[in-house]
Amino acid sequence: MKLYCLSGHPTLPCNVLKFKSTTIMLDCGLDMTSTLNFLPLPLVQSPRLSNLPGWSLKDGNAFLDKELKECSGHVFVDSVPEFCLPETELIDLSTVDVILISNYHCMMALPYITEHTGFTGTVYATEPSVQIGRLLMEELVNFIERVPKAQSASLWKNKDIQRLLPSPLKDAVEVSTWRRCYTMQEVNSALSKIQLVGYSQKIELFGAVQVTPLSSGYALGSSNWIIQSHYEKVSYVSGSSLLTTHPQPMDQASLKNSDVLILTGLTQIPTANPDSMVGEFCSNLSLTVRNGGNVLVPCYPSGVIYDLLECLYQYIDSAGLSSIPFYFISPVANSSLEFSQIFAEWLCHNKQTKVYLPEPPFPHAELIQTNKLKHYPSIHGDFSNDFRQPCVVFTGHPSLRFGDVVHFMELWGKSSLNTVIFTEPDFTYLEALAPYQPLAMKCIYCPIDTRLNFIQVSKLLKEVQPLHVVCPEQYTQPPPAQSHRIDLMIDCQPPAMSYRRAEVLALPFKRRYEKIEIMPELADSLVPMEIKPGVSLATVSAVLHTKDNKHILQPPPRPAQPTGGKKRKRASDDIPDCKVLKPLLSGSIPVEQFVQTLEKSTQHPPVPFLLEQHGFSDIKVEDTAKGHIVLLQEAETLIQIEEDSTHIICDNDEMLRVRLRDLVLKFLQKF
Amino acid sequence: MPEIRVTPLGAGQDVGRSCILVSIAGKNVMLDCGMHMGFSDDRRFPDFSYITRSGRLTDFLDCVIISHFHLDHCGALPYFSEMVGYDGPIYMTQPTQAICPILLEDYRKIAVDKKGEANFFTSQMIKDCMKKVVAVHLHQTVQVDDELEIKAYYAGHVLGAAMFQIKVGSESVVYTGDYNMTPDRHLGAAWIDKCRPNLLITESTYATTIRDSKRCRERDFLKKVHETVERGGKVLIPVFALGRAQELCILLETFWERMDLKAPIYFSTGLTEKANHYYKLFIPWTNQKIRKTFVQRNMFEFKHVKAFDRAFADSPGPMVVFATPGMLHAGQSLQIFRKWAGNEKNMVIMPGYCVQGTVGHKILSGQRKLEMEGRQVLEVKMQVEYMSFSAHADAKGIMQLVGQAEPENVLLVHGEAKKMEFLKQKIEQEFRVSCYMPANGETVTLPTSPSIPVGISLGLLKRELAQGLLPDSKKPRLLHGTLIMKDSNFRLVSSEQALKELGLAEHQLRFTCRVHLHDTRKEQETAVRVYSHLKSVLKDHCVQHLPDGSVTVESILIQAAAHSEDPGTKVLLVSWTYQDEELGSYLTSLLKKGLPQAS
Repeated sequence: MKLYCLSGHPTLPCNVLKFKSTTIMLDCGLDMTSTLNFLPLPLVQSPRLSNLPGWSLKDGNAFLDKELKECSGHVFVDSVPEFCLPETELIDLSTVDVILISNYHCMMALPYITEHTGFTGTVYATEPSVQIGRLLMEELVNFIERVPKAQSASLWKNKDIQRLLPSPLKDAVEVSTWRRCYTMQEVNSALSKIQLVGYSQKIELFGAVQVTPLSSGYALGSSNWIIQSHYEKVSYVSGSSLLTTHPQPMDQASLKNSDVLILTGLTQIPTANPDSMVGEFCSNLSLTVRNGGNVLVPCYPSGVIYDLLECLYQYIDSAGLSSIPFYFISPVANSSLEFSQIFAEWLCHNKQTKVYLPEPPFPHAELIQTNKLKHYPSIHGDFSNDFRQPCVVFTGHPSLRFGDVVHFMELWGKSSLNTVIFTEPDFTYLEALAPYQPLAMKCIYCPIDTRLNFIQVSKLLKEVQPLHVVCPEQYTQPPPAQSHRIDLMIDCQPPAMSYRRAEVLALPFKRRYEKIEIMPELADSLVPMEIKPGVSLATVSAVLHTKDNKHILQPPPRPAQPTGGKKRKRASDDIPDCKVLKPLLSGSIPVEQFVQTLEKSTQHPPVPFLLEQHGFSDIKVEDTAKGHIVLLQEAETLIQIEEDSTHIICDNDEMLRVRLRDLVLKFLQKF
Repeated sequence: MPEIRVTPLGAGQDVGRSCILVSIAGKNVMLDCGMHMGFSDDRRFPDFSYITRSGRLTDFLDCVIISHFHLDHCGALPYFSEMVGYDGPIYMTQPTQAICPILLEDYRKIAVDKKGEANFFTSQMIKDCMKKVVAVHLHQTVQVDDELEIKAYYAGHVLGAAMFQIKVGSESVVYTGDYNMTPDRHLGAAWIDKCRPNLLITESTYATTIRDSKRCRERDFLKKVHETVERGGKVLIPVFALGRAQELCILLETFWERMDLKAPIYFSTGLTEKANHYYKLFIPWTNQKIRKTFVQRNMFEFKHVKAFDRAFADSPGPMVVFATPGMLHAGQSLQIFRKWAGNEKNMVIMPGYCVQGTVGHKILSGQRKLEMEGRQVLEVKMQVEYMSFSAHADAKGIMQLVGQAEPENVLLVHGEAKKMEFLKQKIEQEFRVSCYMPANGETVTLPTSPSIPVGISLGLLKRELAQGLLPDSKKPRLLHGTLIMKDSNFRLVSSEQALKELGLAEHQLRFTCRVHLHDTRKEQETAVRVYSHLKSVLKDHCVQHLPDGSVTVESILIQAAAHSEDPGTKVLLVSWTYQDEELGSYLTSLLKKGLPQAS
C-alpha cells in the first residue's frame, strides 16, 4: 500500500493511495498562494498599478521590466495570475480510478486533473461540495476572464533568471508547472465526471474496496472518507471541525479502528480562537462604521460568510447598525445565498429543525428581505446606483489579486477611516496587502479557521486509536515562526509518518486476510472438529472461483463414476499429479495402542487373501532415546515412532505398507 | 433453513392501508403504517394484534420504515406507536418527516372535529410519535443495529418518497413504496442500482396500464380545462395538498401565462403556501430542471394560483379550483363537488387513483346517483373526467424496475388482485423469477441459502490465484486449507498456518521402501541407470542425480545400496513423506518392474 503525495500544502491536499488493486486520489487541492506573486487585476483601470516602475537587476539590466514591477520594495509579476498545480509527474494520473473529494475548497484543481491527464475515472463528492465547488470555480473563472490581460510573463520563470530575482519570487517552487486558470468549459466537463454521494453511503470500487464519506463538520457537505476492505481500514481526515457552526457535526465514531489515519486540513492559525475572532470582527466592524468609515471583508462566496452574516444578524440592531448597508458582491452571491437554504440535510440539527416549520435555515434570508443585506454580481450595474457609504462590503477574492475586492482596495486604501478585515486564513494578510502599499486604511487580521487544532487532534486520536498516523511534514514540527511551541504539532504514538510534496510513502501495514464466501452446499459438507474448547477446525477442499474481485468457494465436483476394477488398476499406472495436496498431519502415535491394534485381527479392510488380516504375532517393541521402534520381524518391517514423526521402513510390500499407513493415519489429526 | 417471511397487514391485493411485515435473518421490519380511505371502522388501520397479542410491539419489531407521506402509507403511525405502543426507531426521509405530521394533523381534524370520532389519536400523540423518527438520507447506509442495515433510493412518487433496501448479511429485500419511473414536471424518476435482492416488494397500482406519453396526457388535461373555462364552467380538481397538486399548478400556471387566460385558479386549504414552501426548501428532492434553475426562478412561486375562500364556490363565472382531499371522501373537495355536481357545464377532473368506497371511486365507475349522508341522493350532472396523473409506475415502469434491481423473487402489493395476476404472469415469464401476491394476513415464505463469509489468509489465496491462472474446466483445481472457527470468527488458512497457530507440531510420516533389483553392476552405476530411466519416464517431474550418488524425484529420495548377501542384487531405498504418497507409491511399483536393459 502506497501513498503518493502530490501537494505540499497541508490544507489543500492531493494524495494518491494505492490500495489493493485500486488507485484512489484523495482530494484535488489547488495551491493559490502562488497568485500572491502577481500584480492585482484591477476591474477599473488603476493609474497607480499601471504606473508602477519596472524592476531591474542590481547591475541596472532592465530586460525584465516588462514582466516584473516593483511596489514598495516588493517585486510582482505583471501577468495573468497562475496557480501551483499538484504534481503531475510522480504517478501516471491516467491510472487513477477514482477521486474522492472532501470539501469544496479541496477540489479546485479538479479541471486540471480530469481534463489534462488522461483521467477516465469517476469523481465522488457530496451534492453541496459539487454545487458550492462549482460556484467557487465559476467565481474564479469569472474574476480572471472579465479582465483580459494581454501579457503573459514567462521569461522570469527561466531557472537561471529566477535565481537572480528577489525573495519570495526566487524561492517560489515548481514555477514551470504553474498554470493559468481553467475555462468554464473545462469546469463543466470536470464536474460532469462527479457522482453524487451521501454521508454513510457505502460505495463499492471494483468489488475490492469500499469507500464511505462521513460528515466532517467543517463546511456544507464536507466529508472525511473511510477506505476499507473487509480486513483493512484507512481513514482520510481532511478539513474537519468540532465547533458548532452551520454544518452537520463531525462523525468521529466511524473513524475508530483504522489501520492508517491520514490527517490533513488542520487549522492554519492554531493560535487563534475562532470565537474570539468573530467577536473582534464584529467590534472592529462597528467601530469603523460608527466613525463613518467603510469596512471591506475579503472573502470566499460561501462558508464562513454564512456564519458571519448570522452573527451580524444578531448583532446589527444591538450595535445600532441597522441603517448601515451590507453588500455582498460576487458573480455567484445570489446562488450561494440560495443554495445555502436548500441543503437542510447537510446542516446542523438546529438549522434542520427550522426546515420543518418550514422556515429557511439561515437568517440571511431575513436580512435580504428587510433590505439590510444586498447582493450583486459585480460592482458594475445595479450596484453603482445603490452604493451608499459608509457600508460593509463582503467580496472576493481573499488573495486580493483579482475580483471586486481589488477595486475597493484601490478606492478605500487611501483613507484611514476605512478598514479591511481579513477573516479567511488561506493567505498571509501582509503578503496579500503588499501590492497596495503604502496603505492608509486600517488592517485587521481576524482569521477564522474552524478546522481542528492540535488539542482537538490529540483528543481525537486518543479516541479513535488508529494504528498509524500519516500527515504532512508541517504537522510534525512546531510552526517555523513559533519553534518553541511544541504543543503546536501532532503528538502520538507511534510517531506520525510525515510526507512532503513529491514523496512516495509505503504505508506500514500488511494485508493478511481477504473475504471469501463459502457457498451453502460446501458449508453443509464441512465436518468441524473441536480442537480446544471454543476452537473448531474443519479441513476444506473446494474449488475457488474469482470474479470481479470477489472470491467464492464451491464444493469440489463429484468424482467421475469409478469404472470397473481393471480399468482402475490401469489408471494407477498413470503418473500421478503431484499437485494433489495431502493434508498435513499432527498428533502422536500411542505406541501401546498401536501395537495392540497390530496384534488384533483386522477386519478392515477385509482382504481375505492376505495372511496379515490375522494380526502379527511377532511384534517386538524397542525403546529409543526419542521414542520407540516397532519391529515386525517376519515381515522385515520396522516402524520408528517418535513424538512428531513416524517412519515406516519396509520391503516392497505395497499391501502391508498401505495397511500400516492407514493405521498410523487413524491416530493422527489431519489438516 | 434460513428464510425470508413476508406478511401484508394491508395493501395485500388491495390499495390502501399499506403495512407489510418482513422477517429477514431473524430481524423483523414493518414497512409502512398506513390507513385505508375506504373504511371508517376498525378496518381503516392494520391489525397490529397480528404481530403480538400480549407483548409489546417494540420487542417484536426491529424497526419501522415509512416510504412517503401519503396517509395510506403513514396514516396509522400515531395509532400504532402511541395507542398500541411502539418505542423503537421509525425511519423516513427528511421531507417525509417534515410533511407527514401536517397531513396526520389534517387527517385527525377531519376525523375528530368534522366527523366527531372519539378514541382517535391526539395532536400530542402525533408529536410524540414524530419524536421516534430518525431521518434517512438518500443512499446513506443506516445501521439499525450491528446486523440490520437499510438504505433509501429515490422513488419520485411525491416529495421525499423513497424505496428502501433492507439488508442483513448477504440477504436483502427491497420495498419500493410507491414510485414513478418517468420524471414529471417537479420530480425525477425512481432509480435503483443492480442490488440483486432476494426479494423485491413492489407496488402494482397500474399493473395492467401502459400509459401514453405524459405530454399527451398534459395536453388533454389542459384542453379539457380550457374548454370548460371557455364555456363558463367551473373545474374542480380534487388533489392531495402535496404532490400532484404542485405538478398540476406548474402546468396550469405556464398555460395561463402562455394563453393569457383570466379565469381565476384557486387552491383550497391554507396548506398551499406552506406546502410550496416545503418544495422550495427541499429543492434537491425535485427534478433536474427545477434544481438547475431554482436560483433564477423558483417554480413553486405561483403568480396565477391564489388561495381559495369557501365563499368563492358560489361566485358566478368560470374558475379552476384545486381542493383536498383527492378521492372526494371528505373535506372541502367533497363540499365543492356537492355544490357543482348538478350543473352539466362544470367538470370534475380526478387526477389520481381512488380507492373503493370513496365518492371518487363511485363516480369514476360511472355511478351518477350518489347516496350521501342522511339518505340524500346527489345527482351528478357535471362531466367526470379521469386523468391518470398520479405518479405510479405503469406496467412498463414496474418491469423496468424489476430489470434494474434484478431480484430473485418479486412480491406484489398495493394493487388489485385481478390486475396483479396479469402482472405476476408477465414478470414470471419475462424474468424467470417467482412472483407472489399474498392477500392481507397471508404469509409468503422464501427459503434463502446465504453463503458464509470467512477470512482467507492472503498467502493461501495468492498461492491459489497464482496457480489457478490457467483455467482447466475439465479438472478444476482444489483449494486445500483449514477453517479455524473461534467464536464467530471464521478464518480459512493453509494447513501449515493452522498447525502453527494452534501450537501443534506437524507429525512427519515417512516411508522407506526397499526395492530389490537384479543388477550386477556397481551401486553408482545402478543409480545412473535409475536416473536415466526415471528421467525418460517422468518428463514432467524434476528428476535429479545428486553428487552423493542418490537420485531425487521432486522430494523423493532414491539411494542404491549393495545387497548384504547377494552381490548380484542391488537394493534401492525409496524414501518419501506422506505428502508425496501418490508419487512415492508409483515410483516403487515402477522400479519394481525393473530397469530397461542398457543399450
